[in-house]
Amino acid sequence: MAIECLVLGAGQEVGKSCVVVSINGKRIMFDCGMHMGYDDHRRYPDFSLISTSGDFDSALDCVIITHFHLDHVGALPYFTEVCGYNGPVYMTYPTKALAPLMLEDYRKVMVDRRGEEEQFTADHISACIKKVIAVDLKQTVQVDKDLQIRAYYAGHVLGAAMFYAKVGDSAMVYTGDYNMTPDRHLGAAQIDRLQLDLLITESTYATTIRDSKYAREREFLKVVHKCVAAGGKVLIPTFALGRAQELCILLDDYWERMNLKVPIYFSAGLTIQANMYYKMLIGWTSQKVKETYTTHNAFDFKNVCNFDRSLIDAPGPCVLFATPGMISGGFSLEVFKHWAPSEMNLVTLPGYCVAGTIGHKLMSGKPTKINLDKDTQIDVRCQIHQLSFSPHTDAKGIMDLVKFLSPKHVILVHGEKPKMVSLKERIQSELGIQCYVPANCDTVCIPSTVFVKAHASEMFFQSCLSPNFRFLNESSEDTSDSILERTNGKSRLQVTDERVAEGILVMEKSKKARVVHQEELLLMLGEKQHEVQVAYCCPVHVDNLDEARRDHISADDVLGLSNKCSWLQQLFTELTTDFPGRNIQNLGEHLQVESFHVSLCWKDDCPYRIIDSPRKKLAAVFFCCTWSVADGKLAWQIISTMEKCRLTVQNLNQNTD
Amino acid sequence: MKFTCLNKGNGFHLPPCYVLHVSGFRILLDCPLDLSALTVFSPVPADFCPSLLDESSNCSFHESLNMESKSAKRHKIEKPLDAKDLIYAEPWYKTLKNLHIWDPSFIDIVLISSTMGMLGLPFLTRSKGFSAKIYATEATARIGQLMMEDLVSMHMEFRHFYGSEESDSPQWMKWEELELLPSFLREMAIGQDGSELGGWMPLYSSVDVKDCLQKVQKLKYAEAACHNGALVIKALSSGLDIGSCNWTVESPEGNISCLSSSIFVSACAMEFDYRALQGADLILYLDFSSEDVIEDVEHHDNYSSPTTNNLSTLSDEDNWKELNECLLRNDESIEESKKLAFICSCVVDSVKAGGSVLIPLSRLGIVLQLLEQIPISLESSAVKVPIYVISSVAAELLAFTNIIPEWLSKLRQEKLFSGEPLYSHIELMKGKKLYVFPAIHSPNLIANWQEPCIIFAPHWSLRLGPIVHLLRRWCGDRNSLLVLEDGLDADMALLPFKPIAMKVLHCSFLSGIRMTKAQPLLKILQPKIVMFPEVLKQQINVSKLNSHSFSVLYYNENETLDIQSFKDNVDLEISTNLANRFCWRKLVQNNMDVTRLEGQLLIDESKHWLVSGNKVSDTSQNRPLLYWGLLDMGKLLTILSKMGISGSIEQGLNDAESDSVGIIQIHGPNKALIEVRATRTVITAPDENLAALIFEAISTLLDGI
Repeated sequence: MAIECLVLGAGQEVGKSCVVVSINGKRIMFDCGMHMGYDDHRRYPDFSLISTSGDFDSALDCVIITHFHLDHVGALPYFTEVCGYNGPVYMTYPTKALAPLMLEDYRKVMVDRRGEEEQFTADHISACIKKVIAVDLKQTVQVDKDLQIRAYYAGHVLGAAMFYAKVGDSAMVYTGDYNMTPDRHLGAAQIDRLQLDLLITESTYATTIRDSKYAREREFLKVVHKCVAAGGKVLIPTFALGRAQELCILLDDYWERMNLKVPIYFSAGLTIQANMYYKMLIGWTSQKVKETYTTHNAFDFKNVCNFDRSLIDAPGPCVLFATPGMISGGFSLEVFKHWAPSEMNLVTLPGYCVAGTIGHKLMSGKPTKINLDKDTQIDVRCQIHQLSFSPHTDAKGIMDLVKFLSPKHVILVHGEKPKMVSLKERIQSELGIQCYVPANCDTVCIPSTVFVKAHASEMFFQSCLSPNFRFLNESSEDTSDSILERTNGKSRLQVTDERVAEGILVMEKSKKARVVHQEELLLMLGEKQHEVQVAYCCPVHVDNLDEARRDHISADDVLGLSNKCSWLQQLFTELTTDFPGRNIQNLGEHLQVESFHVSLCWKDDCPYRIIDSPRKKLAAVFFCCTWSVADGKLAWQIISTMEKCRLTVQNLNQNTD
Repeated sequence: MKFTCLNKGNGFHLPPCYVLHVSGFRILLDCPLDLSALTVFSPVPADFCPSLLDESSNCSFHESLNMESKSAKRHKIEKPLDAKDLIYAEPWYKTLKNLHIWDPSFIDIVLISSTMGMLGLPFLTRSKGFSAKIYATEATARIGQLMMEDLVSMHMEFRHFYGSEESDSPQWMKWEELELLPSFLREMAIGQDGSELGGWMPLYSSVDVKDCLQKVQKLKYAEAACHNGALVIKALSSGLDIGSCNWTVESPEGNISCLSSSIFVSACAMEFDYRALQGADLILYLDFSSEDVIEDVEHHDNYSSPTTNNLSTLSDEDNWKELNECLLRNDESIEESKKLAFICSCVVDSVKAGGSVLIPLSRLGIVLQLLEQIPISLESSAVKVPIYVISSVAAELLAFTNIIPEWLSKLRQEKLFSGEPLYSHIELMKGKKLYVFPAIHSPNLIANWQEPCIIFAPHWSLRLGPIVHLLRRWCGDRNSLLVLEDGLDADMALLPFKPIAMKVLHCSFLSGIRMTKAQPLLKILQPKIVMFPEVLKQQINVSKLNSHSFSVLYYNENETLDIQSFKDNVDLEISTNLANRFCWRKLVQNNMDVTRLEGQLLIDESKHWLVSGNKVSDTSQNRPLLYWGLLDMGKLLTILSKMGISGSIEQGLNDAESDSVGIIQIHGPNKALIEVRATRTVITAPDENLAALIFEAISTLLDGI
């Protein structure tokens, strides 16, 4: 089986995130976003690629939404209510709570203000959200018998999650948008070390490395403070959710510390309502903010009050949060019209504005006049400050995550093509992980992991647990010697215990595969082991043996000689110097290396003695060697050492006395 | 696998306690504290009351009181219990005696299923050698911590009164003193055979609580915690109270579900997630809640008969649906809400009559509902009285309940999704209908004090905390009301406050699975084995249980049961890159295929994995290592000659003799010898090459792997 990844959106671009992954026969849609830059059919992912018949219920096993931003959830009501998908949809609790606010806000802007034909109604949104199953972080959700999903904290916005999905032995993670560094109110992304076949990650900042946020925050506070101190008004056009709360915590805290009394306003409705949600969901914020719930909930802003339309032209300084963020219409535009002409005032802009919005115009160059439509023109004399904190991870964060998870394959989405390509090169060269940058409507196929299932016997497990020690004498010449080792002795013993699981896999017709120990196999077969050994009675030259023989003719004496001269011991010394890595054991009567067994042989008619030259016979003692065929290579090496080496009759004179 | 029930507990406040021994791990389930035993102690004597208001002063100094009561006790005449019979000393706390038999250092894992199952934990964690890993849900750990902190803070009052002298064995624990206790009290204190005396402990400190919490690994519902690779541990909501859970343990030996007291349809806590328990091999049925409930079984049986009787005739799917419906029928929750409504009406009646109402702070779920419903009842009857919650942790507890939507019932979660606060108490506090104070002597409480009023205060044992002083104040007022939960010996609990004129409302709430639902539940869960409490054998229809596919084992308190492993074979997952290297060998006569297998064995997620190890096996390893069968010498010669090796049989093999030896002499290219026995062949050759060739010839004739 393979993993098939169909990119319906956010392929080599930012917007309408939507990836459909088939993994071991299960099909999951990750995110169902809309593209804010288009008004035509390109606004939504091309769902017809999932199922030409439009029977999405059988084509998909579930839909997973990572967070409440419209480029991740915007197309969901359309998909469930208009296209008719009825299967399960999963989101975290905050996403389920906040997504409808975003969708409704968007719908209103589209229909009421731009007068567009609506793609989905308010009823569609509520019907869609009713189908959503809310999940908690780390909760293991069994979608069906085979498909398991789990959410991990992603930072980015409240409730943002990375999703892990597992089918059989194959597993993957889809990150959605994430942030690897904590911000004012959210923690950093957090995930377990998982065994993954595939990681699909965002790559908004594929090549950017960002410095500390605190400098930028200070700068923001400084310009705001300067403006209000001079009696100016600050307009902060912002998304109702996320950025507003983050900046508000920042300002509220600063106001407390600096003891400022200048009012901070929230434009009516949405944002106040949003704060209510944030208060209940404080458990999803950073540790620091979370801990405030008992004494003073951090989202109970002390210095914040509701804004009233009549206050627009009221004298005196103030700070106002107003939606929408890019001054594309609505209340923020209304206020902008009033405040822009005065150089005392300040407008802050979010990091990213869609082309065509006033926000975008203000960012590109320094316009002094903006034409709203044919009849309206705004003089822009106010100061402009561009916010540059983005809740996305930077390139280092992406690399860190990929390295941490070490998946077998990586797919990059949600970024700009040239930067993604350069990140892809880095991932492949630095981490050695296969990486893909598919475009929209492309399919990437990668192999999936499968484990072969078998029963295993108790004896097999027991044998796996038995230690497999290897002793290595390392000489002190080793470069790594420390003072301690030097004082402790010349050589140190290295002990390794590399346990190797060895067994036999047995397949019988109509039975599950079984793994057994080899002895069990013989039992199953009703057979006895047939041992195949090699034997070799090896002559070893002994210096001045003839001389010794002359003096001591009887065999007993030779035996006595051998004991005193301890030829076996001598051989042992020879072998240990020649085979330093081997564990050679001297067991008194014989030496043992693995299955190689050597002992002195006194039989003149030893059947294993195949010696041609009688000359050799005279000057040698014989060692009978046996080994099992598996150790043949080692055994013949030892034999050749033995045949070359020379033993001596030691202290002969002393003995004869 | 071994299983021991240490204590079957007693109702909601004393959950049962178990030890499970599986796959080499010893798991302790819950570590409760028997707080109802506190009633053997006297509350802090009245003259010490720091209460704000005039108290009917009892002038006798506590020393003299002690003397007096002692002399009375010496008379040794059994008469009805009197408040003076109680132990006048700084209370100790009763832990489970059977737990003391276990060496804490032998415990590997502690699983906590509810806040009540956590209260004894600091005693365990502070003991020497304790090194187990503790698992609890996040919500349980948080609420449990608050409960323990509250206990410590309430206990301080005794410290102040009796002095903080630390003693290993206080006066009251001396045998002579215990002898003097009335038999009823003595039995409560030391048990029938005196064995329970060892269970008493002086209370832990707040430092102990903190240390204890640091050792707890906090989990979400259904979060899979992998313990040592061998076990996968999960907490699944049980519906009993916020954060309470049923544990499942996946082990190589099988999957075990620990089914604690659970509630199918609960108003506050997340519902009983019974579907997640499906497919377990073993279910430990740990719910004793129906033990003392003399249910009108007949009535219930009739009630559910349409479902149970027709089961066999229905198709599987319908059957399934019907079973689920039977479990999720909201009759229980309707009953529970009726009880709450009744309490509310009693509260309103008392307040109307000018009396005050005292409600012990015990089950969080119930308290939260009352806090919501009483104001509604008051409003609808146009009564305006303040509601006070007095506890050192009340403010935090109430704030906490408003930020944990993930732990609440579906109904409560709807509030989140519609943007309303989870509980109304924040609004009530803002609207000055509800006041929260840390202690009875808080200056703000004194300033705000207004009677009649409704007070929620700890502790339900009526021995500790603000409730003692309030009870003293109102026990003589027949318009006042005390709401007492069952599970506590009311006579005993109220002893120090007698004579009592105030009304006492006894109520009991559902705290587990009804027996009528136990059967359909087990049927749905389809385990292989169910461990069932012997004491409940009478209540469940045994014949019906046995007719299912699973077997039922009965257990008793303090009895270790051995459970046969339900898996004959342990599964092994072999990685594909190992599998790709398999060299299959067909064994024709046995009709099987075999291959050698080598790798590294790992244990993770309670499964065994065989992956390619760090050692790359060399090619020579592809040769078989194990041979069996008989060697045919004639055939061997033929094969050898094909290879250009000439030889002759010097000595034939005699099949009749088991130790006979056959010998083949090899003449060319070099001299060599082959010695053949029934189970052994020895090759002797002058060089490696010839030996290898001969061996090759032999290996074609033997079966091998």
